[in-house]
Amino acid sequence: MSALLQVEGLDLYYGDAQALVQVSLEVPEGEIVAIVGANGAGKSTLIRAIAGIERPRAGRIRFAGRDLAGLDSHEVCNLGIAQVAEGRQVFPSLTVEENLELGAMLPRARAGARRAMQDAYALFPTLAERRRQLAGTMSGGEQQMLAIGRSLMAQPELIMFDEPSLGLAPLVAKEVLHAIHVLNARGLTILLVEQNVAVSLRISQHAYVLENGRIVMSGSGEQLLRDDRVRQAYLGL
Amino acid sequence: MSWDLVVNVVIAGVLTGLVYGLMALGLSVIFGVVRVVNFAHGEMMTIAMYATVMLFAALKLDPFLAVLPVAAAFFAFGYALQAGLINPFITRPEHSQFMLLLAVAIVMVNALLTVFGPDARNVQVDYQLESFELGPILFDRARVYAAGAAVLATAALFAFFRFSLTGKAIRACADNYLGARVAGLDVKRLYALTFGIGSICVAVAGGAMVLLVDVTPALGPYYTLLAFVIVIVGGLGSMPGALLGGILIGVSEALAGLFIAPSAKSMFSFGLLILVLLLRPQGLLGKRP
Repeated sequence: MSALLQVEGLDLYYGDAQALVQVSLEVPEGEIVAIVGANGAGKSTLIRAIAGIERPRAGRIRFAGRDLAGLDSHEVCNLGIAQVAEGRQVFPSLTVEENLELGAMLPRARAGARRAMQDAYALFPTLAERRRQLAGTMSGGEQQMLAIGRSLMAQPELIMFDEPSLGLAPLVAKEVLHAIHVLNARGLTILLVEQNVAVSLRISQHAYVLENGRIVMSGSGEQLLRDDRVRQAYLGL
Repeated sequence: MSWDLVVNVVIAGVLTGLVYGLMALGLSVIFGVVRVVNFAHGEMMTIAMYATVMLFAALKLDPFLAVLPVAAAFFAFGYALQAGLINPFITRPEHSQFMLLLAVAIVMVNALLTVFGPDARNVQVDYQLESFELGPILFDRARVYAAGAAVLATAALFAFFRFSLTGKAIRACADNYLGARVAGLDVKRLYALTFGIGSICVAVAGGAMVLLVDVTPALGPYYTLLAFVIVIVGGLGSMPGALLGGILIGVSEALAGLFIAPSAKSMFSFGLLILVLLLRPQGLLGKRP
């Protein structure tokens, strides 16, 4: 059976600078797949390319058997790929509830919006308590919960997380990673980019190492945790 | 000079200012969301005024009825302009957006000159010469109706942005462009809707303004400049600011006409602009950058 998300031979340029070089990867349904790599390795670029926000110059992206070439970001979302972006990207001058509502504006999500909102509030009770608060006035951790809640409003099959624990207090980071675990256990497929390499290798079934825009290594999370090069370069061991 | 006269003039200025405010609101909404300055704003207003005049001349349609088809046509025009012409320019540098809209403005003025010639046109309705009296104070009926239409349109606009899902989505685009794309909002369509909504403001303001002044093609560049002054005085991107700026400019123009000469009114509004830029560069209700 083919994977839910398949990326093949992706090349992407910013002007003359090549950000992704022949990147290929697979995300099987129901799994957590991690991408690790240094700052500037191209992790966020890869996620944006899949999301239809950046245009690759070559290569193919297929989701559930469908080619994503030429689709705009909202069309990609509507196929069932949601995103929790780096820096959270909530709408600061809108309320928590309005932020959530807007996550369900997609044609695929409108009918189930009410139910999805209840689910998001159940997953993060803090959001329910603060439904009338402006998102911009909340802490980083609360905004991250809101960003995750908003992605769930699209009722996706795959969620891409870009640095979900960056800049969060350790306890809050743990809560966010726990939420990812819970969502995966409910059947959601996860593509995870996370600066905490040890944690992301531990919770993922499969992982890829991205260096200077290229995939240089891949394997199960456990394999990579034992790999000397990974231990030296990313775990400082 | 009697106080009654001053009060009457100030009231007339406030009423005209509300119409100005609605016009500027269109500019402010478009800039606040799409981040494109509509340099053809006054020209569009002038086209709306001519459309109203033509509907009146051909069908004897009252300007307040004519405003409905004109607004609908302007929404469609604004939507198409953004979707077809401006969206491809969104990621280009500001000076090329400026050239594009300036070109649109010049095409519009010259089209008006070609079709209608340089002479002034107007509508004549029976209530233009009537007024409401409240003791010594006179309310020009046409001006009260024009201001009423502006207030109604403004209230509808505020309610739209506050309560409707589409209005919230448009605010979200202004709030965080990347966030809007991440959340799966169709940003280009929302931009086109925004330009359409800004165009409705211009259409309603134009329809109301026809009752207050004669229209000539030369009004186009003048109103574009006036809308900029109002938006900068009130605060770029602030909706209440556009209204406040409109009222202030309306009143200062009226007082200039009373105390000095009607031709001195621009001097006052631009003087106010300079004062605001000196003392409060972000505008009266604008947020500090």
